[in-house]
Amino acid sequence: MQTIHPPEIQRMIDGLKDQDLYIHLEMTSGAYAAHRDASRHPAANFISNAVIRYASGSIQGSGPYRVGLKTEKGWIYTEGLTHYEETEKERLIMAGHDGEGKLVVALQLSREPF
Amino acid sequence: MERRVLVVLPHPDDEAFGISGTLSKYVQEGASVTYACLTLGEMGRNMGFPPFASRVTLPSIRKQELEASCAAIGIRDLRMLGFHDKTVEFDRERLDSCMEELLSELKPTLVITFYPGYSVHPDHDATGASVIESIRKLPEADRPLVYCVAFARGHEEAIGKPDVIHDVRPFVQQKIASITSHRSQFQAVVGEMKLSQQEAEERFGTERFWTYTFA
Repeated sequence: MQTIHPPEIQRMIDGLKDQDLYIHLEMTSGAYAAHRDASRHPAANFISNAVIRYASGSIQGSGPYRVGLKTEKGWIYTEGLTHYEETEKERLIMAGHDGEGKLVVALQLSREPF
Repeated sequence: MERRVLVVLPHPDDEAFGISGTLSKYVQEGASVTYACLTLGEMGRNMGFPPFASRVTLPSIRKQELEASCAAIGIRDLRMLGFHDKTVEFDRERLDSCMEELLSELKPTLVITFYPGYSVHPDHDATGASVIESIRKLPEADRPLVYCVAFARGHEEAIGKPDVIHDVRPFVQQKIASITSHRSQFQAVVGEMKLSQQEAEERFGTERFWTYTFA
């Protein structure tokens, strides 16, 4: 994983628009959040391999970054992105890692299922 | 001496801190040890630091780490059952049938798993519950001994103190090798692993289990 370079992410977002895409979208505070600190709330969700299509999208912010994708009838939004997989040229693999390196959010788009 | 040991845990690395010393001991004593690992830890949050894994690459990385950990312990029979991390409790029918097949094939004398209800992660609790319920269905005379691992808040108030304490000091090097095999998970603590033999024995030399009693 490489720290996010916004122009490169924007090029990939533009290259994936107006087509059916598989999405993996996730956010988690970790299954052990409340075990380690009772004041914390264990919350997580992920949706994997739902099919979406967006007409426009962009990356915003100065890091951690936000991505918004405008779909036909709604929005997909992620905040907290820090890294992307630079070796992936067809798929957009992004994640947000905290100060300890733990994954907090993930947003992935691909023409093929994950 | 245990002859046939079946370990059932949901995530690669669940074996490392709590039971790898005990398993190394059983292997050295000549027991056949089977480790059924339900998932490839696909949804783990630790991805190395700085992160070297992504959601896409993590399963294959954790599979290699699991195989390295088993090699360090001496486990030759590793079964990867193909469940998906975080979904074990929602796949209970398939899980129960996997457990029943394993019990019927291996006829273990000892089974090690998580204590249902006292193991924090929903995958841990679901795994323990399926193992316990599958064993409960066996005729009483055929039921193996069951050792459980528990660590939820307040577990000792609910289920008492562990009744099985293993001295695994002679196996701390295998145990440390098991832990450090899981590089994507424990990279942050690997620095702490450069311990003297005496420090390692103090920190990792004891493993604790609860014998499950079928009321």
